[in-house]
Amino acid sequence: MTWVIAIAAGALFAAGVYLILQKLLSRIIVGLGLIAHAANLVLLGSGGAPGDPPVVEPGAGPYSDPLEQALVLTAIVITFGITAFLLALAYRSYIEQGSDEVEDDVEDVRIAHKADSE
Amino acid sequence: MTTLATLAVVIPLAAAALLLLVPRRLTAKRIVSSLASTTSVVIAIALLIVVDEQGAIVVEVGEWPAPFGIALVADRLAVLLLATSTIALLAVLVYAIAQRATDIEFRGFHAVYQLLSAGVALALLTGDLFTLFVAFEIMLTASYVLLTHRAGGEDTRATITYVVIGLVASALLLTAIGFIYAVTGTVNLADLSAQMDSVPSGLRAGLGWLLFMVFGIKAAIFPLFFWLPDSYPLAPTPVTAVFAGLLTKIGVYAMVRTQTLLFPSDEPVTLMLVIAGFTMIVGVLGAISQKDIKRILSFHIVSQIGYMVMGLGFFTVAGVAAAIVFVVHQIIVKASLFLVGGLVEESEGTGTIDDVDGIAHKSPVIAVLFLPAALSLAGFPPFSGFVGKLALVEAGFDVQTWIIVGISLAASLLTVFSMTKIWGGVFWGKPSAGESRPLARGMIAATAGLVVVSVVIAVGAEPLVEYAERAAEDLLVEGNYRSLVLGADR
Repeated sequence: MTWVIAIAAGALFAAGVYLILQKLLSRIIVGLGLIAHAANLVLLGSGGAPGDPPVVEPGAGPYSDPLEQALVLTAIVITFGITAFLLALAYRSYIEQGSDEVEDDVEDVRIAHKADSE
Repeated sequence: MTTLATLAVVIPLAAAALLLLVPRRLTAKRIVSSLASTTSVVIAIALLIVVDEQGAIVVEVGEWPAPFGIALVADRLAVLLLATSTIALLAVLVYAIAQRATDIEFRGFHAVYQLLSAGVALALLTGDLFTLFVAFEIMLTASYVLLTHRAGGEDTRATITYVVIGLVASALLLTAIGFIYAVTGTVNLADLSAQMDSVPSGLRAGLGWLLFMVFGIKAAIFPLFFWLPDSYPLAPTPVTAVFAGLLTKIGVYAMVRTQTLLFPSDEPVTLMLVIAGFTMIVGVLGAISQKDIKRILSFHIVSQIGYMVMGLGFFTVAGVAAAIVFVVHQIIVKASLFLVGGLVEESEGTGTIDDVDGIAHKSPVIAVLFLPAALSLAGFPPFSGFVGKLALVEAGFDVQTWIIVGISLAASLLTVFSMTKIWGGVFWGKPSAGESRPLARGMIAATAGLVVVSVVIAVGAEPLVEYAERAAEDLLVEGNYRSLVLGADR
């Protein structure tokens, strides 16, 4: 099953990176969410095969690692909080500027302008 | 003694919770916040002395033995940086209270500030890779709030860049931890340092560079520094000073901690030295082209990070010790320079070099504070920057890496040039027209306090360098850290 998780994490990373490179802040936030999910999946997959009891008992055979699920839960909570914060930030930016678009860097614009005029 | 290490994290956390409970009384908030920061300084200095005499303090949280539980490890490196950070945090807090603007505009300032302090303390003291991630999140989330709370209009773009870059770096750190856990089955740093030996070298290098890159984004090394000079100057002075003094340095600390313990090398790592060289040169060139004091200083943050990476890149006890001394010096000097920049803005209303002139005549006290800090940044003897740079150059001679030593000296010269530019543009010349506003005594006292600490670092250079060498030995000598945390038998 690990390879399914690996492919899913890869796809989420790719989609997330694509969205982060967009200009609309709402898309960037969704992209960040996808990347965070991908990271969580990687963490979840790091524990190895699932399905066995999460306890070590002498002679009980294979066991599952419960630790990485604890790690993922912590990570999910953190991501949740920060995404909420970022949404609030995006909302303020929308209220103040009337658009959801992230502006170009001032110096980048100046340099591009210089290159055009020459 | 073990309670001391726990208290270093718990006190600022408890203070933050308490500060959220007293919503309206500003005076009460100021008292609670200053008390917490003062206590943190006392605890950190007590730890500094105790740990050096009696060896590292290991706290097993919830009495779960390492490597299964989370361990707090107060070793020499951690407590040295903890003491330095808490001093910087206290001085900046005094400045913020005396300024009578930051905590009036933003009622939650003190709570968030204490949360930031707790994050810094936890990041320094943890002996667990995942807790390091959590500590970074506490610290960075507090920093997002501090940076964005007043930024509006045109500043929104830069603050959003800062938050987004921070989040991407955190996701990558989490991924790196996932990979490391998949390979080794542990996140305890001491246990990892043993497990890493059996990992195939290609995999090890991949994990090592992934972690280096993640902490490199937080530390703003070349080519991952573009977010820093845009976002830092936007915040109110006390916030910028704390960011400049602490946040990037905690990134460097994490880099030193993970690289020396998990991915040790017997010889200098060329790629790291190349990155260090570019960071120094690009940072200082960026600084020279700027016209605003805070922006100039922000580019210098980047440039100085290069020196620390250079010390780490040597992978010798002398090199890592020099990097540690340099971090200590930078935390204090960078914070004090930004506070001076804030004093200039406060008294003249702007920090643009062309608009301000002749401060040396108008308010000589600012000039008196700027000069030692600037000379220290440039590395003039007898100031603290000289101690750090001398140690770095000596370490470079030991391993015969002449090119990077040459580059570091060239970058120093350019730093002198850049500092001269501020001095000539802002402090010398005919006083510009217009009344300068009077400065609160507390702001000057806080800045002066940091400048004095930087002079103390220079005067006490020898004990400091020896302390840093012992700290570096704890990290670099195979098995030292492991026996500290897990006991001698493993």
